[in-house]
Amino acid sequence: MTDPLRLHVPEPTLRPGDSPDFSGVPIPKAGSVRRPPIDSDPEDIRDLAFTIIRVMDRKGLAVGDWAPDVDDDELRAGLRHMMLLREYDARMLTAQRQGKTSFYMQHLGEEAISCGFRRELVAGDMNFPTYRQAGLLIADDYPMLLMMNQVYSNEGDTVHGRQLPVFYSSKDHGFFSISGNLATQYPQAVGWAMASAIKGATNIAAAWIGDGSTAENDFHAGLVFASTYKAPVVLNIVNNQWAISTFQGIARGGSGTFAARGHGFGIPALRVDGNDYLAVRAVARWAAERARSNLGPTLIEYVTYRVAGHSTSDDPSAYRPEEEGSAWPLGDPILRLRDHLIAREAWSEERHTQAEAEIRAEVIATQKKAEAIGTLTSGRLPSPAHMFEDVFETPTPHLIRQRHEMGV
Amino acid sequence: MAHMTMIEAIREAHDIAMARDDRVVVFGEDVGFFGGVFRCTAGLQKKFGATRCFDTPISELGIVGTAIGMAANDIRPVVEIQFADYMYPAYDQLVSEAARLRYRSAGEFTCPMVVRMPTGGGIFGAQTHSQSPEALFTHVAGLKTVVPSTPADAKGLLLAAIEDPDPVIFLEPKRIYNGPFDGHHDRPLVGWKKHELGDVPEGHTPVPLGKAMLRSHGEDLTIVTYGTMVHVALGVVTDAGLSADVIDLRTLVPLDIDSVVASVKRTGRCLVLHEATLTSGFGAELTAQVQEECFYHLEAPVKRVAGWDTPYPHAGEWDYFPGPERVLRNIEALLEA
Repeated sequence: MTDPLRLHVPEPTLRPGDSPDFSGVPIPKAGSVRRPPIDSDPEDIRDLAFTIIRVMDRKGLAVGDWAPDVDDDELRAGLRHMMLLREYDARMLTAQRQGKTSFYMQHLGEEAISCGFRRELVAGDMNFPTYRQAGLLIADDYPMLLMMNQVYSNEGDTVHGRQLPVFYSSKDHGFFSISGNLATQYPQAVGWAMASAIKGATNIAAAWIGDGSTAENDFHAGLVFASTYKAPVVLNIVNNQWAISTFQGIARGGSGTFAARGHGFGIPALRVDGNDYLAVRAVARWAAERARSNLGPTLIEYVTYRVAGHSTSDDPSAYRPEEEGSAWPLGDPILRLRDHLIAREAWSEERHTQAEAEIRAEVIATQKKAEAIGTLTSGRLPSPAHMFEDVFETPTPHLIRQRHEMGV
Repeated sequence: MAHMTMIEAIREAHDIAMARDDRVVVFGEDVGFFGGVFRCTAGLQKKFGATRCFDTPISELGIVGTAIGMAANDIRPVVEIQFADYMYPAYDQLVSEAARLRYRSAGEFTCPMVVRMPTGGGIFGAQTHSQSPEALFTHVAGLKTVVPSTPADAKGLLLAAIEDPDPVIFLEPKRIYNGPFDGHHDRPLVGWKKHELGDVPEGHTPVPLGKAMLRSHGEDLTIVTYGTMVHVALGVVTDAGLSADVIDLRTLVPLDIDSVVASVKRTGRCLVLHEATLTSGFGAELTAQVQEECFYHLEAPVKRVAGWDTPYPHAGEWDYFPGPERVLRNIEALLEA
């Protein structure tokens, strides 16, 4: 006789009411992980999928092989991008709570990833983002007014109010239209990169996905195509620990880390501190250089923490300890970069406070302009005539009939 | 004019499109070195090189997903799904992505691509190699759906599909790849090369999407159909000496409803015929539109003949297939009504 079989259903160790405890999350010392050459054999760097690449130490100093060469102006710009994104999030969250739009999704705690990554791409490269990479736009100086118009679905929305809030689109800024069906953009990014190679162009693509969505077939299809054709693509996984209410142990299964998923495909995989702006820049640079040098794809797992709810429709206090966000051992990406800039004498507490006030005033002024055009519930909305446009390049007879029936 | 099979016509369309436009790239399972399990892409890799025509991993999701990304980056992918029955893993990419990309980005990103897939039964393919899933595409806003019934149309419509600025689903009725099957499975097949409909014009000769073709002209009824069933209908009309319009739709979306309406208003009787399952099939849409537009001209209710609402059986293939006997029986009932 053998014992009856038992189904294993993973559970997080902590739930609401428990005290946050990250003592089981090993955090390597900043600067302790080696930076291999970009043409390394993936077999020789398997360990980099099981560690955390970190650059900024507790004193705010950039240490180790991965410390990237980034000048003071560029670092201050990076800090400003993250602060802009955080302030933008705060204003849009409040606007949603005030009923000015239907829905919003914040980046709180994850600002370094999209803001930092964008600065390692060049004009003409293409990101295939999820809904939590608006930093890709902000760090490329995309007009915040257009972002707000999109969130408000007002007349100034470049996509005519067709998409959920935060589903931006900008070809000029290398930001592919966001879907909402999770993970679909992963093989698309690989295809975009393959096209670049087919044409003999020089631009690369970047795919984005969350830890939970790596369970989707699209993720695996993307990896097998990227691996097979050595596509010039950077495959990003933002591991923010939570997929709505589901902890990462559900999607990850027994694989140890999400980065390790790359190994079965022979794709070099890096695991990085997603709250360390400099480390994000460093790994993005390494991966982008590989892609541009015909060395193929790189898989990057950014270890971070989703401090806020999944969206404005979510209540994290129902499924995780309330103080977990502040206990997260990798800290706040904005404060860490601030401290680094201060440590290298390129910034000060006073300048930071002043910058916060300036950014707040700037975002509020932009918000006023957006709201002068309209919000979802007041002002000028897109014309209903747009409803029948862009289904096809040229409207088909049945669409023309339906448009006439609607009377527009 | 040259006589050729539908397979050769499809291959020629690829060849012409690839020669005319460097952006046309062809890929799918077994389509590269081998030239496809039905040989529709034979020789293309050798002629145009492996970056223009290549094999893929067995992942329909990956094939369509990467094609969407390529199409957004100024490549014109023409991909093959080995059987329409294998399309389902790619369905989300087609419905949620390819079909909506132009709309959701207000024309900033577009998806000019063709997804080819052999469709339909009659080859003893059982339930996994015989399905006709066209209604799953025609129901989706943003997709065009094409079903040719002759080599000339296969070539011309494929050229038009490749040059179309939007995603096109191109369903190839595999039973008529080699000859126009009239449903008499017990008779020898007449190949396209010995058939009057096997003529294919030479050169770059696109056939515009959205235009039906009248394959037979008559007075007593209108048969609206597409794909393999065009030839079943023509066979029944000839064998029974009927006077009927046989309308080959060729494109389901956009639909040439005007041609159908003009014919039904004249004949007063309409039979809608397809091989796909009956319930919620494309025939339901056709029937609804015919009654909306032609109600006061109808002498009898519109009649549908289709595959039964069961999976496609193996041994029972010819009981399932809406063959000449079932078609004629329904026509007789329609003419008596």
